Amino acid sequence: MEVMDARGLLCPEPVLITKNEMEKLGQGAFQVIVDTSAARDNITRLAKSKKWEITVEPRGDEFVLTLKK
Amino acid sequence: MQRNVLIVITGAIIAVMALALVKLGNPQNMGFCIACFLRDIAGGLGLHRASVVQYIRPEIIGLVIGAFLTSVFTKEYRSLGGSSPFTRYIMGIFAMIGFLAFLGCPLRMLLRISAGDLNAVVGLVGLVTGVLIGVFFLRQGFSLGKAVPQNRAGGYFFPLFMAALLVFLLTRPPYIFFSAEGPGSMYAPVAIALAAGLIFGILAQRTRLCLIGGIRDFVIFGDFYLLYGFLAILVVALVGNLMLGSFHLGLQNQPIAHADGLWNFLGMTLAGFASALLGGCPLRQLVSASEGNADSGVTVLGLVTGAAFAHNFGLAASAKGVTSPGQIAVVIGFAVILLVGFLNIKARRGVS
Repeated sequence: MEVMDARGLLCPEPVLITKNEMEKLGQGAFQVIVDTSAARDNITRLAKSKKWEITVEPRGDEFVLTLKK
Repeated sequence: MQRNVLIVITGAIIAVMALALVKLGNPQNMGFCIACFLRDIAGGLGLHRASVVQYIRPEIIGLVIGAFLTSVFTKEYRSLGGSSPFTRYIMGIFAMIGFLAFLGCPLRMLLRISAGDLNAVVGLVGLVTGVLIGVFFLRQGFSLGKAVPQNRAGGYFFPLFMAALLVFLLTRPPYIFFSAEGPGSMYAPVAIALAAGLIFGILAQRTRLCLIGGIRDFVIFGDFYLLYGFLAILVVALVGNLMLGSFHLGLQNQPIAHADGLWNFLGMTLAGFASALLGGCPLRQLVSASEGNADSGVTVLGLVTGAAFAHNFGLAASAKGVTSPGQIAVVIGFAVILLVGFLNIKARRGVS
């Protein structure tokens, strides 16, 4: 499973990275690592609007987001 | 859905507080204006000597402290930095020059529209245009690079700086400037303004309200979330102004505004473009800096520096319009932000 590293990026970049990956894959699964709650929330909203399943797992100061479709 | 409700309520509360602050003494259509208030603080600190816009605005102090405490409480505080800080500083300077050509940040723009100031509608068209240019660069892969974790204490200095400003405000030492006339002399009681700022900071941190982000996310993702907050401010303030009799539709004689459409448009286009590349409006930069982001802190310093330059060099607009040096500065600003844009496009991959 591909892991996208969006740590240290301000919005909207983490969301753009996620959106590009969604469009590239069409369906499947990948992970995005982010380190701000803003990025976590924005990607969660994007996933819901694009009908991807998302699970959020906190890891230290970071969040591992797993997206599936 | 629940989050959408929260951001609408946030927008409504901000609008009501903004109207109340004007009733209690703030300048017209300036219940809140992040750009104007940073400009006033720059003046209060003597960084510029425009005697009519010098005051240590407690709304800003409250906002930062509210957002900081909330981020600590919710464990969302992150000391981060290192994403092109000097570039952000320069961009902050020119964003402010754009805002001060228009006379307001996106928040004051909404408040001006809600009071019938049609010059602010021109500003809105400019702001949207600027964000669209920024989105074009973002889609091409524009990035200022990654921030990395800094020492945890690094982010404490931003709220501490605000605490120092609060001491200056309360003790009024002789080396801090307070306007005797003009907008800087008009202010709501300190305790109320501080409390309004605190509430604003808490809500803005929770909702991540951003007026640039509202337009940006709608354009890029068709996401309405931030736009709901934007619209809530506009609608509630509009209703409030109609009820209070402070709605005056027109272009001429609007409070702390000018009717030069071209420069209202271009000023906001420049500011919107710079803000979109910076990742948020002045409000969002303040909140992000309060959450520990040193790059946003540097951006706020850029905004403050831009305000100082704007008044020291005669670039800021007045009711008469934008001066020739101000117009030249806006044009230089476009050149600089375009340069930043082109120099920072890279292939966006992000695979670890």
